[in-house]
Amino acid sequence: MNYETIVGLEVHVELSTKTKIFCGCSTEFSKEPNSHCCPICLGMPGTIPLMNKSVVEYATKAGLALNCQIAEFSRFDRKKYFYPDLPKGYQISQYYIPLARNGYVEIDSNGKKKRIGIRIMHMEEDAGKLVHEEGSSYSLVDLDRAGVPLIEIVSEPDMRSGEEAWQYLNNLKTILQYIEVSDCKIEEGSMRCDINISLRPEGSNEFGTKVEVKNLGSFRAVKRAIEYEEKRQREILESGGSIVQETRRWDEDRGITIFMRGKVDNRYSPEPNLAPVIMRKDWKDEISARIPELPGAKKERFIKEYGLPEYDASIITASKVLSNFYEECVKHYHDPKVVSNWLMVELLSILNETGQGIEDLKFTPKQFCDMLAMIDKGTISGKIAKDVFREMFATGKSPEAIVEEKGLVQISDEAELESIAKRVMEANPKSVEDYKNGKKKALGFLVGQVMKETKGKANPQMINAIFSRLLDQ
Amino acid sequence: MLELDKLTIHKAHELLSKKEITSEELTKALLKRIEEMDGKIKAYVTLNSEEALERSSEIDKKGDFTEDLSGIPVAVKDNICTKDLRTTCASKMLENFVPPYDATVIKKLKEKNALILGKTNLDEFDMGSSTESSYFFTSKNPWNLERVPGGSSSAAAVAADLAIYSLDSDTGGAVRQSAAYCGVVGLKPTYGRVSRFGLAGNAGSMDTIGPITKDVKDCAIVLNAISGMDLFDPSSSDTIVPDYLESLKTNLQNVKIGIPKEFLGDAVNKDIKNAILNAAKTFEDMGFICEETSLPNVEYALWVHYVIASAEASSEMCQYDGVRFGHRAQHYENLKDLYKKSRGEGFGLEVKKRTILGTYLLDLEGNDKYLVKAYKLRTLIKQDFEKAFEKYDFLITPTTPTVAFKIGEAKDSLNVNDMCTVPVNLAGLPAISIPCGFAEGLPIGLQIIGKAFDEAGILQVAYAFERNTDYHKKLIAWKEA
Ligand SMILES: [Zn+2]
Repeated sequence: MNYETIVGLEVHVELSTKTKIFCGCSTEFSKEPNSHCCPICLGMPGTIPLMNKSVVEYATKAGLALNCQIAEFSRFDRKKYFYPDLPKGYQISQYYIPLARNGYVEIDSNGKKKRIGIRIMHMEEDAGKLVHEEGSSYSLVDLDRAGVPLIEIVSEPDMRSGEEAWQYLNNLKTILQYIEVSDCKIEEGSMRCDINISLRPEGSNEFGTKVEVKNLGSFRAVKRAIEYEEKRQREILESGGSIVQETRRWDEDRGITIFMRGKVDNRYSPEPNLAPVIMRKDWKDEISARIPELPGAKKERFIKEYGLPEYDASIITASKVLSNFYEECVKHYHDPKVVSNWLMVELLSILNETGQGIEDLKFTPKQFCDMLAMIDKGTISGKIAKDVFREMFATGKSPEAIVEEKGLVQISDEAELESIAKRVMEANPKSVEDYKNGKKKALGFLVGQVMKETKGKANPQMINAIFSRLLDQ
Repeated sequence: MLELDKLTIHKAHELLSKKEITSEELTKALLKRIEEMDGKIKAYVTLNSEEALERSSEIDKKGDFTEDLSGIPVAVKDNICTKDLRTTCASKMLENFVPPYDATVIKKLKEKNALILGKTNLDEFDMGSSTESSYFFTSKNPWNLERVPGGSSSAAAVAADLAIYSLDSDTGGAVRQSAAYCGVVGLKPTYGRVSRFGLAGNAGSMDTIGPITKDVKDCAIVLNAISGMDLFDPSSSDTIVPDYLESLKTNLQNVKIGIPKEFLGDAVNKDIKNAILNAAKTFEDMGFICEETSLPNVEYALWVHYVIASAEASSEMCQYDGVRFGHRAQHYENLKDLYKKSRGEGFGLEVKKRTILGTYLLDLEGNDKYLVKAYKLRTLIKQDFEKAFEKYDFLITPTTPTVAFKIGEAKDSLNVNDMCTVPVNLAGLPAISIPCGFAEGLPIGLQIIGKAFDEAGILQVAYAFERNTDYHKKLIAWKEA
């Protein structure tokens, strides 16, 4: 029998507000444990949570960007469980009446657009963390993260594969980064994802028993875990077994999921100390006005306005900063495709190597375009330009200064190039012979020798032309 | 001889301002009185003697007594957090808990140079109406040591001159009921009038902080000091705070008072009923109109209050887990055991009962069966009051259906003694209890309920009553006997 995989994701995203959700403590990473705490986020007697207005704004912005309906009236509840990283014995969350519902994120499914529904998006507070020191019989509690604002985004069970989940997460992340509500770094824990996955016979309308998978440290892990679970559940079903509703943990090293705990029912009760969140239309409109062009729309525009291939457009618009950089460049340079090639190949690879972000670039779009113009003018070769680019990246100096300093100006003097070519031909009679005998490849070797001698500064078009002339005589 | 411990706030303030007495003398007199008497009454859980004396001499040195409360010691119920001073909620759970912060009301009092004399007893986490569930001891009623002082011993402290006044809390009536049982004045403000930040309460939707004083004027003085919007309490209101002391000078005219018949039924002691009817006569003699009226749904109030308070309390008790502060069991097997034992050992019977009941009530089944209905009835009760206040400016009732009961007498958590006070908490209204007579040699309290944020009104009516009667003086006579 063929099975269909049903995936829903629960994503927690840390909002990048300056202070915690219910007190004035800083949300920044702390050097000393328990240094960003106060009686409120420690859950001390008689303290009352205070709603941080920016959290409501950030969350509403996220809800709107995810195409959700924003509730005019939403409310907080207490989710009760005991754990040492959770002060108060309950987490303040929105269970009964969440801030946002019924949104979606668009993904690409086999070349077709597909909407992944968002059932609910609500606000809540983060817990602290437990630190277990090797060999000790105790754990230490650090509550600096306790009370950091989160949004939880619960998708509909609309995904059908690990690939779709991976795309959904990427698009979700890009949207949230665009609207600047979170840095969404899954590796640093500011974005977390739990999987709900079940299988059902193809053609069936009913859902199978779902399994929850936690502890996913990267988008890749999410994809792998889904693929692993698909296989595990299929094997159980095919051998006549049934799936048990449970929570499993992804083991990254072994590439498997492991039983963690059975089904748990949480207790909820209304939070009596927090007033309902009233989102009036004018406030919502004000927040809505602050939402910039989102990645989907921007991608479409780049394709139309700059004639970029879809592939280029999606890579460039995957990052807001990169897409902004790109648009600045296009103002200073005539060929959008040349710019996208350079950014996609040279810039992204050097960023990858160095681990630096685009926001930290030392050179300006204008300087970058000046460099492109130098290639067009023949001042430098495309090959030299790559070195100039790396130097710009490292030092932030202008391309002119780098070319000047390092003597990288292209040799375009016909006579000079011809004498070098002749010297090379004399030194390599075998290659000349080969060429004349029809081995056209030998030309490449000779050009290479010229480049070697000129340290890459020879104008490649001219040197090619010169060789053709000399050899074909 | 001038007995300093017997002073009211306004009298003490006058003497301090004239430099006829010093704050240190006043503090010492109270501490001496406590030393002599508190062994019997057991009003205080913790004394703050050293710090109070230190502060008093500092205040004397500065000599600035412009503030009404400057240099005057106050007793504080032990569920109101006081920085660097143990705050126990009368529970083993918080036996050694020293808050690193002040409740907003304490901050306000300190800004006015008040000094904290000590922390007074209550039922564990304020669950009860007699202090009998306190982890430490049961406090006594100064009028009769075999009787309860009510749910707050601070009224006993004020009545027995162990404090000039107190700050107390009222979730189901503690301020008013204790004041009534001990023959002093207690005011429960409108929900939102006084910040409850730092009040380790048990029912967030009903908890309020209010003063217990020797007379109405003092009550107005303290209310002036603690009222107002607080950023740390989102439920606090920005409704304008009038000068309550100043408003006592207003002459009341065309006052219409309603007497809800539900509070004069069979459950109410005959002497108390008569005292309330006498009070009504007094008001009529003053030219007020008094009429019988009805609040048809208040008969459910006790039940509704118990359900809502238990549900809220069970949730409020979650923060006491023995991890960050409070009692932690010495021996435990694992994490679950740590929670089980710490909470099992730290909480007394009444807290456990309500936590278990509340947990059930918040669960699906209990929620449908009881809690949802309780909230509906709460709305109906509120509407009853609203309707009554369309016709009347004030309502009067007994504060309690009987005088202070005997220690050990109340067995039921659903205490009928709270029948007149809990409806007011459910509706979030202001009410004051003032002495209005005696039965069995014990004081009777008259409860005056006002419209939301009309504390000025109930203080005016209470003040008028106080000036036209002599119960107040009888209390003093008792003390001198
Ligand atoms: Zn904090």
